[in-house]
Amino acid sequence: MNANITPIVMPKWGLSMSEGKLTGWLKPVGAKIAVGDEIMEVETDKIVNVVEADAAGTLRRVIGEDGVVYPVKALIGVIAGDDVADEEIEAFVAGYSAPASEEGGDEDSGARYEFVATPFGRLRYAKRGEGAEVVILVHGFGGDLDNWLFNIEALAGAGTVYALDLPGHGQSDKKLGEASLGWLASAVIAFMDAVGESSAHLVGHSMGGAVAARVALDQPGRVKSLALIGSAGLGPEINGAYLDGFVAAGARRDLKPLLEQLFDDPALVNRQLVDEVLKYKRIDGVEAALRSLAAGVFPEGRQTSVLAEGLKASGIPALVIWGETDRIIPAAHASALGAGAKSETLAGAGHMVQMEKAGRVNELLLAHLSA
Amino acid sequence: MTRKISFKTAINEALDLEMTRDPNVILLGEDIVGGSGAPGEADAWGGVLGVTKGLYAKHGGRLLDTPLSESAYVGAAIGAAACGMRPVAELMFIDFMGVCFDQIFNQAAKFRYMFGGKAKTPVVIRAMVGAGFRAAAQHSQMLTPLFTHIPGLKVVCPSNAYEAKGLLIQAIRDDDPVIFCEHKNLYGLECEVPEESYAIPFGEANIAREGKDVTIVSYGLTVNRALEAAEKLARKDRVEAEVIDLRTLSPIDWDTVLESVESTGRLVVVDEANPRCSLASDVAAYVAQHAFGALKSAPQMVTAPHTPTPFSPSLEDLYVPSADAIVAAVGKTIARAKAA
Repeated sequence: MNANITPIVMPKWGLSMSEGKLTGWLKPVGAKIAVGDEIMEVETDKIVNVVEADAAGTLRRVIGEDGVVYPVKALIGVIAGDDVADEEIEAFVAGYSAPASEEGGDEDSGARYEFVATPFGRLRYAKRGEGAEVVILVHGFGGDLDNWLFNIEALAGAGTVYALDLPGHGQSDKKLGEASLGWLASAVIAFMDAVGESSAHLVGHSMGGAVAARVALDQPGRVKSLALIGSAGLGPEINGAYLDGFVAAGARRDLKPLLEQLFDDPALVNRQLVDEVLKYKRIDGVEAALRSLAAGVFPEGRQTSVLAEGLKASGIPALVIWGETDRIIPAAHASALGAGAKSETLAGAGHMVQMEKAGRVNELLLAHLSA
Repeated sequence: MTRKISFKTAINEALDLEMTRDPNVILLGEDIVGGSGAPGEADAWGGVLGVTKGLYAKHGGRLLDTPLSESAYVGAAIGAAACGMRPVAELMFIDFMGVCFDQIFNQAAKFRYMFGGKAKTPVVIRAMVGAGFRAAAQHSQMLTPLFTHIPGLKVVCPSNAYEAKGLLIQAIRDDDPVIFCEHKNLYGLECEVPEESYAIPFGEANIAREGKDVTIVSYGLTVNRALEAAEKLARKDRVEAEVIDLRTLSPIDWDTVLESVESTGRLVVVDEANPRCSLASDVAAYVAQHAFGALKSAPQMVTAPHTPTPFSPSLEDLYVPSADAIVAAVGKTIARAKAA
């Protein structure tokens, strides 16, 4: 196989993805491609997103057709240098066979997630990678571990990555002992105990960032570093109308415009994304849990717990990432940790910056983890 | 957590969860315990198709095996509901509903209205509907339009296991009489269903597939046929169909139907019931009246013919709306648009 030929394949975003629909090429055949260029758009049963090139060259073949569903790892196109002969590319395409999925067939899709019993209830999690460095991803208010859909595989190169569903969220138990950051932080520590990890790098999004920061302040010995993404806990402002609306919304019609506020590009909110959130919100106990959590952590649309000064004093290495058009927590909070922390605000991204600008966020996280 | 279970198991789970949550929930029906009624799995059939299997062992005397007299036990369930219980009566086949129309149409459906809102009747009547089961004309009808016609009744017809569990839980919690229609050919169909309890609100249609070219409205089993048709249309003809699952026929989510037709301009309604005075004619008429300006072509209906369900398997297969018939109907809406 010619090392200058790079296949473009249907990506695997998150544990449950088995196929995706190509919704459009963003580059024509013959276009010069640089690493990180957006080359095509893919829709999954969760979300629409762009696929970035992981190799430079020329887009020599476009195989995938718009509107067609392909299994994960199926060949969609070919990037190669101009010096590679057409025959070689033909041979590459003809000889390509998708690597067998490590997850097995569709039948056991439920088995791809794991569950662990803790004093804070049964918690669901996903685990990727094997390395010595341990990374734990903590989602935000009303979210779940699939908020890390575009990150978990990429970060697995840096070590052992866990993403969990906080109590009251995703498929974890829905009962909250106490609606506070402190209680959720204790749940994360209990999760670390249950999976046998003494210390970890914590990556938190939104409310999950404040939870991660709370863990770092409560148990500094167990937190090697923090990465805070569109994070709570760095200033008093938060979009209270969004929180109230999200808690109350029981129908697609009400929920969709709210979810659109989470993204710079509202078109990313497709039917499946809304359905997933609605399915979660219908479960008995969820509305009560979210209502109490919103009242406990963000009463009257303000953040009661601002941890920035404590974090600065703690000396824990921290990375802060924000989406420039974040409509939930203002991007101005990105500078709250001062010069001691690396901070980057990404254009063209809203609150869900780790989804919208996954490539750049993953780069920043990998650099932070290896520092 | 979420796992794959069948439609039948989802119904069983919904009943079990609600019986556990609320001691006022009781079950009545023919053979719903089964056998001699001993509290063991081995001795209890759990209904003609085993839907209530295992519930007697858990909930004992709150499951009542009734005599072969629908009029008696449906009346008893309605009376118990008026007195504060939350009974779920199982009627086996909806075709037998005829003998209890007075209890349902004149009593259950009217109590809240005639007693000035002071009475409520939180009863659920579950029944199997639909053809394709080789069960002949008296066990195969899709009588959903009959019940939808009566103000005061709520009518539910789920399309898969996820919907069945959430809609049945909502039906039991609802304070009005609910006719819960289970298509017998869906019982074996599996999908991802959460273990936990959840309720799907009534009157909110599900957009089962998004599309820009044509709106296909359906409910129950034929939602799955519509989805098959939509995949065929996308593959072969590059036509993107939006598929709307009504979920509940009363109340009905007109807003979602109208919004969809306003964006696609074309409507196909798929209903397994006989065509006259059906959901198909109801939806087609409503859209013609309220979104006439948006329509690019005449609404099409795909239904069973206006005949009893045939017993001959080859004829019965032709009787039920197929994916191919839906594809053909979509073709008509588009061909007319082109001709215009």
